[in-house]
Amino acid sequence: MEERPDTPRIGVDEWVASVEGKRERYTGWRGAVLERWERLPVAARVLVFALPAAVFPVLSSQGNVFRYGLFTLVYALLALGLNIVVGFAGLLDLGYIAFFGCGAYMYAILASPQFGYHWQAEAAIPVVIIVTALIGLLVGLPSRRLFGDYLAILTLFFGQAFVIFVNNANRISFPFVGHTDLTGGSNGIANIDPFNFFGFKIDTTMKQYYLLLISVALVLVLLAFVNESRTGRAWRALREDPLAAEVMSIPVNRLKLSAFVFGAAVAGFTGAIYGTIATAALPGDYDVGLLITIYAIMILGGFGSIMGIVVGAIIVSSVPELLRSSANARPLFYGAILLAILVKIRPWPRLAAQLAGLTAFGFAVHAIAAAAYPRLVHGESIGSGGFTRFLDHWMLFPKDAVKIADVAYILMIAAIVMYPQLGRLWRAVLLPPLLYLVMFVWENLLLVHIGGATRLILLGAMLVALMNIRPQGLFGTATVEIV
Amino acid sequence: MNWSLFFDLTVSGLTLGSLYALIALGYSLVYGILKLLNFAHGDVYMIGAFLGWYALHALGGPMNPTFTGAVVLLLMFVVAMLGCGVLGVAIERFAYRPLRNAPRIAPLISALGVSIFLQNSALLIFGASFRDYNTFDLIGVKTYNIGSLFFSVPQLLTVAAAIALMVALTLFVARSRLGKAMRSTSFDREAASMMGIDVDRVISVTFFIGSALAGAAGVMFALVFGQIYHFMGFIAGLKGFTAAVIGGIGSIPGAMIGGLIVGLAESYATGYLPQGSTFQNLYVFALLILVILIRPSGLFGRAAITKV
Repeated sequence: MEERPDTPRIGVDEWVASVEGKRERYTGWRGAVLERWERLPVAARVLVFALPAAVFPVLSSQGNVFRYGLFTLVYALLALGLNIVVGFAGLLDLGYIAFFGCGAYMYAILASPQFGYHWQAEAAIPVVIIVTALIGLLVGLPSRRLFGDYLAILTLFFGQAFVIFVNNANRISFPFVGHTDLTGGSNGIANIDPFNFFGFKIDTTMKQYYLLLISVALVLVLLAFVNESRTGRAWRALREDPLAAEVMSIPVNRLKLSAFVFGAAVAGFTGAIYGTIATAALPGDYDVGLLITIYAIMILGGFGSIMGIVVGAIIVSSVPELLRSSANARPLFYGAILLAILVKIRPWPRLAAQLAGLTAFGFAVHAIAAAAYPRLVHGESIGSGGFTRFLDHWMLFPKDAVKIADVAYILMIAAIVMYPQLGRLWRAVLLPPLLYLVMFVWENLLLVHIGGATRLILLGAMLVALMNIRPQGLFGTATVEIV
Repeated sequence: MNWSLFFDLTVSGLTLGSLYALIALGYSLVYGILKLLNFAHGDVYMIGAFLGWYALHALGGPMNPTFTGAVVLLLMFVVAMLGCGVLGVAIERFAYRPLRNAPRIAPLISALGVSIFLQNSALLIFGASFRDYNTFDLIGVKTYNIGSLFFSVPQLLTVAAAIALMVALTLFVARSRLGKAMRSTSFDREAASMMGIDVDRVISVTFFIGSALAGAAGVMFALVFGQIYHFMGFIAGLKGFTAAVIGGIGSIPGAMIGGLIVGLAESYATGYLPQGSTFQNLYVFALLILVILIRPSGLFGRAAITKV
């Protein structure tokens, strides 16, 4: 086994080793920046993010604010809440989105034509938060007896149960009340009122954006304080080692529950805001897809790192939006591949040889295919411009690409799985064909489905790759595993 | 009491239950050895169903098969099981093995990533629509009965094949050298490796067996219910894990009994409980919570003693 840098040396106390490791990370220019950053007061740190965010709507168009701004902030708020449960307390809560949905539905019931209630926001929001927190308490109660994976499966099931419930709750007959349409079934609840604080209506995109921004800033500050507090330290102790924490007379069960409830409350609050933005509560919005997105944000940013989450939210919410059009997706894809090659292959003569080999391989394959199987080059590439014209002479575009591309996709996965098992020489020789295959699949299959499955495939691959390269996330700190 | 309804529900519950038991075995085997919740397991099951479909169509389709029905069915199972087994080994190599010493949450996230990847790869290649197996021409639509106990051929086939696979697995684990190695690895991985057991190989074999069982379950599901789609692995995986937890995770007989309990519970809930056909999954969920509250280690599980 390859020795990882954070594995303690034999004969060195692990705690000492971890502290040494931490000091080691603070060298060089990165260390200098990090050290400055750590010394900044909380308010200043929040401002670093809040100021550009506050200026963003002034500089950008209404559509951009709606598409990027609102969703980034909603995701960030959700990820911050999840971070309390997973990042701080170390409980793998896979039913988190259900609390978000509870918040949205609860607010929708209190302020929409569904039941004819039109509560003011200052009354509705506390009710929503309290009820969601109570539901969190109920779901969290079994977690006292559970740890790790059992909790994960239980909460995942809870999330699923929530979706089934709201999808069908329009047909339930309750005792005493009789038949009631609680959630509107698969049609959801429409025409949710905008927030109405003492007569001040938050009804435009701009107002909603600033409301969200203020909420995110508030939660950030709150979390920064909680992180430094007794409870925050206890949560971290719980995450690192529940058994040791219990021995230290930390009330493990109470802390687990409180983290769970706290996270649920944040999710419920975000749900209420989301309800007013979307003006409708639909069951499909609270399914596994969103859960995975939020987890991706938190993992990308790093467990337990508050600022990392904000960065993660910006990346995860804007990259898929950028990927929606092939004009943006192509440079991102080739850029990422080029970057990976640049970082991985050294020294530069080898790099140059590989790139030359790749180019030559492409032209050779294209020439052979054009001579022997003209059907393989008669298809159309997507887009226009110089790069596309280059691709037309270099890459194969079969006439009816679907079947060939499907086979190539499966071949590609097999090739990628096999590749690390090869010897060094074979790896060097086979790299150009492998890259060519990947690019072939990208051009002929993935780029065609760029609006749908491709983005999630890339997300899944990214999660696996990130866990392989940096399990603690971009901004997280590595934990020392105790043997 | 309406006995014919009861018998119908029992038959469909047993069928479902054997599917869940096969899926649960994969979870349980892997969990027993790696203490890892393999989220991608449900999607391996889905891939198995699709591999079976491709095998069926490569052999001429249900209307004019190249061989007789029984041979085609056998080949479908072989293709699905081998394909899924290899897929499982690849997943372990690529997504879990590099993370064996990482914090516990890392392989879980990696498993989630594999699950998303498989699901959307299937969406990309198979499309979003349902695919029909149409195997009725192959095996016939005739139903048989013993008294008022009615069952169809696919149902009988599923239960019989599941029992055969489980017996084979039990014998393999109890009698063979590799099975012995599996048991000792699951008991204490480090000690096993010190005794000269090739732990990596044992883990690969475990993934192969678990995934092959899931692949077989995928084909069985398709034979009984006729339709497959790219998202079918999610709920099935969830139920399979529920079965594993109810039976006591890590225990092989526990997974089998747990699967049958979940299948029967779901079936009876559909028939007898209010709005059962809509909320069957909620009732299974309630059962899971109940079992966890009363006996967290499951019916056959031993309470784990945490060693420091």
